Amino acid sequence: MPRHPLIVNGTALEVEASEETPLLWILREHLGLTGTKYGCGLGLCGACTIHADGEAVRSCQLTVSAARGKKITTIEGLAPRGRLHVVQEAWIEEQVPQCGYCQAGQIMAAAALLAKTPKPSDDEVMTAMDGVLCRCGTYPRIRRAIRRAAERG
Amino acid sequence: MAIFKLTRRELVLGGLGGTAGLALGFWYGQRRERWAKRVPEREQPFSPSVYLAIDTSGVVTVFVHKTEMGQGVHTALPMIVSEELDARWESVRIEQAPANRIFGDQLTGVSTSVARSWDELRQVGAAAREMLIGAAAELWRVEVSECRTESSEVVGPSGRRLGYGLLAVAASRRTVPAQPRLKTPAEYRLVGTRAPRIDVPDKVTGAAVFGTDVELPGLLQAVVARSPVFGGKLAGFEAEAAERIPGVRAVVAISSGVAVVAEDSFIASKARAALVTRWDEGEHARFDDAALWRRLEEAAGQDGIAVRKDGDSAAQLASAAKKIEAEYRVPYLAHANMEPIGCTVWLHDGRADVWAPTQHPQAARAAAAAKLGMAEASVTVHVTLAGTGFGRKVEQDAVGEACEIAKKLDRPIRLSFTREDDLAHDKYRPAALHRLTAALGDDGLPVAWHHKVVSPSILAQAGALRGGFDPTSVEGGDIPYAIAHVTVEHVAPELPVPIGFWRSVGHSHNAFAVEAFVDELAAAAGQDPVAYRRKLVANSPRHLGVLNAAAERARWGEPPAEGRHRGVALHASFGSWLCQIAEISVAPGGLPKVHQVVCAVDCGIAVNPQIIEQQMEGGIAFGLTAALHGDITLQKGGVVQTNFHQYPLLRMSEMPDVETVIVSSDAPPSGIGETAVPPIAPAVVNALFAATGQRARVLPLKRSRV
Repeated sequence: MPRHPLIVNGTALEVEASEETPLLWILREHLGLTGTKYGCGLGLCGACTIHADGEAVRSCQLTVSAARGKKITTIEGLAPRGRLHVVQEAWIEEQVPQCGYCQAGQIMAAAALLAKTPKPSDDEVMTAMDGVLCRCGTYPRIRRAIRRAAERG
Repeated sequence: MAIFKLTRRELVLGGLGGTAGLALGFWYGQRRERWAKRVPEREQPFSPSVYLAIDTSGVVTVFVHKTEMGQGVHTALPMIVSEELDARWESVRIEQAPANRIFGDQLTGVSTSVARSWDELRQVGAAAREMLIGAAAELWRVEVSECRTESSEVVGPSGRRLGYGLLAVAASRRTVPAQPRLKTPAEYRLVGTRAPRIDVPDKVTGAAVFGTDVELPGLLQAVVARSPVFGGKLAGFEAEAAERIPGVRAVVAISSGVAVVAEDSFIASKARAALVTRWDEGEHARFDDAALWRRLEEAAGQDGIAVRKDGDSAAQLASAAKKIEAEYRVPYLAHANMEPIGCTVWLHDGRADVWAPTQHPQAARAAAAAKLGMAEASVTVHVTLAGTGFGRKVEQDAVGEACEIAKKLDRPIRLSFTREDDLAHDKYRPAALHRLTAALGDDGLPVAWHHKVVSPSILAQAGALRGGFDPTSVEGGDIPYAIAHVTVEHVAPELPVPIGFWRSVGHSHNAFAVEAFVDELAAAAGQDPVAYRRKLVANSPRHLGVLNAAAERARWGEPPAEGRHRGVALHASFGSWLCQIAEISVAPGGLPKVHQVVCAVDCGIAVNPQIIEQQMEGGIAFGLTAALHGDITLQKGGVVQTNFHQYPLLRMSEMPDVETVIVSSDAPPSGIGETAVPPIAPAVVNALFAATGQRARVLPLKRSRV
């Protein structure tokens, strides 16, 4: 099987997998980065959202071969080791998670939004976040946490 | 996981640093004998209960025997212990208890975790606290009455202090008091606070381990090809094309279909797609929505089992001057947990380790042992975090399949359901048809009420119905309203669609029918829906309490803003009382936009108000998903919907603001996790009526746009 050089959370590494393997499974099952979650496999739920060159991307829709050369960041690499990203801090302060399963995707989507748009309007938050599904109804807390992070960031 | 050693050996009492009395002589008389054989050995010196241990550094470990699936048990249960223990909250950590009968009933469902643990866990904390005080008093040679506790320390005369860690060994030598003094609610320092959730930090860093995240050396990934028709059986398969795909390790028949096992999940799914299967479809291959509703309509013509009969509603209705009738329909619904079900199994050294995000750990252990042909003692079920459960993870289908697959391989395996598997092979919330009739008196209030619930029985399908009727089909139909003549009956047609428990179960459809119908009665009587309900629950103070609290917060007496409309629903479930008032607007031809929901709840003592608010928000999101979108439809003996494009979940832009009002109470805590689901659908359809003058009697609302 072909080998693919990747840059994940600042580390250059190589994985062996078929070209069309979604990055989601490379991260979770080849690299042990299980913070990124499977939800639908079709780019419909956002649970697998990561950053590719700073853009929020559905990792179930990005093949490993297409990920070559991109800087991939997962929830595990969002903040330097042992520290929290401002979005993660806000998430704790607003006590956002319930089951927690979708939260890595939510946080990665929110962090990408704030990196580009440090003071997003309510509409901009909605546009960026509306495709990331949460079955626990944490949406109002997510909105508050993003506002909080934006004020601090 | 380190706390419970995998090897089992007789309890060495000395190893606990205590006496037989300490470890075992607890107050659960009938459990005592069982415990003597089964309490696992612990590393902490002070372990006065299976639920609690304190080490010499003062770290308090609470063993949580229920499953954390978002509802907050990893925080609420330790809070109860810590309150009575007077533990410093920051020093409290949790261990998830594995499946073991020593923990009593570990079933995590029916919104009972806090309610049913309340007495037991308070005693656990209080007993340990008395033992720590006793140890300090003995050391200081003072009376116990001269000592008190605060923040994980015993405080003695003249301000002497000793931390729980330093006292742990001495405390462990004392007898566990049978009846420790419990605090009164006025003494609570932790219960009633918005203590931060213990599980949150790991859930924002990606470190939290769900069922799907368990890692093992050499782990293989498995998916199963199952019958596309309900009840179909495998007739044959050709594995060659699948086996040729690099990374495929096995293609094997199991009782539910064909398992494909591979080095990663992508390969497994690809190989499953290449598999050729033939199915003996059985008798249900033509079952579809038309057949479903035909069967329910036929059943509605039959007499049901009367589950409640006050007075003589039939006679009253026959002679009624003013009679109101309505029929309501709800479809099958999927659980659609964000984390689909799955199970990881590792067979080694004559033992089995099983990891599952299960709501029913002990049933998982029994199911695994049965499938593996092993004694339960050789099976360890590790309970992981669950990415929601909603009742789906009570079922043992994934555990059984995973064990069957693991038996055929010499490496650990994880069985996963893809989203498509999850939607096609759920145990669905039953479809239901409700027929209601009421007679109104001269004052406009109902004098007679007849409610026929037509819906398949979950317990009957599971072979668990022990005579009589299925309470899970009719729960929520037991109206609280003061009506002299009430009949509620249930007809339970047998249908091929697999059904199961879905967050709030029978309440989810009965509350819709009942609360929408009461609204129709109020309108027919020309009365305000809140005032109307007030009269009907005048003698039911906790119903009245939430009704008034919600009406006040929502400013029911004042007209809503231009273009906004309100609807109310009142419903008690799982021992708690709720009233929701939804404020909506309607665009022509579209679904209602729900802007705000005021949710008043009386659940007894509010252990953690923040978690209660979260559950209200979550229950409303879940119920609103169903009310607006939720629709499992049938065709050719299977489910039409395959993924979220056809089974949409509520999105952020559809989520209302939720304002929770917790009605203060000193009653023991009652259920929370499911209680906010039932009222939201009727509150929204009642608001729709206020907006349009039309009744939406069929869910989801996308089926009956008004």
